Amino acid sequence: MSEQNTNLLTRLQIAARAAQDMEDGWLVNLGIGMPTMIPAYIPKDRDVMFHSENGLIGMGPQPAEGEADQDLISAGKELVTMVSGGAIVHHADSFAVARGGRLDCACLGAFQVVANGDLCNWRLPNQKSGSVGGAMDIAAGSKRVFAMMTHTDRDGGAKIVSERTFPLTAMGVVTRIFTDMAVISITADGLVLDEVAPGLTKDEVQAVTDAPLIMDNVGEIAVAA
Amino acid sequence: MKNKKSATLEDAVGRIQDGATILVGGFGQPGVPEVLIDGVCDLGRRNLTIVTNNAGTGHSGIARLIEEGCVGKLICSFPWAKESFVFKELYDAGKIDLEIVPQGTLSERIRAGGAGLGGFLTPTALGTDLAEGKPIIESDGREWVLEKALRGDFALIKAYKTDPRGNLIYHLTARNFNPVMAMAADFTIAEVQEDVAIDELDPEVIVTPGVFVDTYFVTGWYEIGKERKAS
Repeated sequence: MSEQNTNLLTRLQIAARAAQDMEDGWLVNLGIGMPTMIPAYIPKDRDVMFHSENGLIGMGPQPAEGEADQDLISAGKELVTMVSGGAIVHHADSFAVARGGRLDCACLGAFQVVANGDLCNWRLPNQKSGSVGGAMDIAAGSKRVFAMMTHTDRDGGAKIVSERTFPLTAMGVVTRIFTDMAVISITADGLVLDEVAPGLTKDEVQAVTDAPLIMDNVGEIAVAA
Repeated sequence: MKNKKSATLEDAVGRIQDGATILVGGFGQPGVPEVLIDGVCDLGRRNLTIVTNNAGTGHSGIARLIEEGCVGKLICSFPWAKESFVFKELYDAGKIDLEIVPQGTLSERIRAGGAGLGGFLTPTALGTDLAEGKPIIESDGREWVLEKALRGDFALIKAYKTDPRGNLIYHLTARNFNPVMAMAADFTIAEVQEDVAIDELDPEVIVTPGVFVDTYFVTGWYEIGKERKAS
């Protein structure tokens, strides 16, 4: 994996694939980074609402020129808008939404995902401290957690592993992983390789995954032209 | 009827003393009571414990309070943002203590403090570094982290409108921590954009009833995040 693999998906392509899993009627929380690219790719016939933990239920896209309000921001502190039918709540209620099981899905970036669903995304092992924000509450409370990340680290090392080596964010919460190589589900039977990026093989994905993949029925990720 | 309005900024914040624990509203820049914070800076208070979500932005608001050496300890969820460079510099120099609390736990600890509770059981942080040293309680067939309530000697909050009794409404995501913090302090000070006559606010839409507000100071609208050094 040291040489450039031209078959890897871009960040936008990963977001576009994850967007296809957002079901009609869902309330979804998006973490910082790649997850914020998801809304533009939600199929138009689906009504998906976005929750931002700073008290915004029904977050819309960035405002048009001249239409921004300095008091309306996302959890990533970007100026945003609201969709019709949205609501504003205070912080304790916003996290009641998260912990109380009202989030259908949280799409979060990750440093490491363990085969048992453990999520690691708040602090690197060599850092003495991290910015946890709402990651632990949202990951612990959401009905589903989708992890979005590159399949390997910069040195080509596996980020999907059998044994956790990074500081834990939440135990056993990740249900699906979207990477630049594959879509993987975490099930009671283990990691199931659902789809691989066009041009890649199942074995190439397994070679950079530090946990056994069940590869009985593997499709190809549909990438928009 | 007693009017809770403070005529001057010093009237509003003057009773804050060195060493106080202060809950400060805001998430990012919206909802940060920048004018009240400027008032505390002007008093030159020291060794304050500040409870707030972020570690300040640029040189204004919380960042100014930190930069002027007023803060001994910060309790927050998100200290290491690039805009919080003032905090990082003092932290690296060993001049300020830090306690990191998950954001939902922080808001609920404050809510519990305001609601007269001693604490609560949460799934958040179970098994992680941030639950170290905290009691783990088994209940209803699963494990929970016991988190204690958190109160302030003072709360500094920002609202959109008030009436003379201190009934408050907020504006968009500037609401954030402000309503729960208003409940959880011995003395709550609100800065508001505008004050209106009694009965002008619809009781059905009041977010913070005046019972939680001790005094308010009217600031008018201002652009958030601008540096406004000591006047």
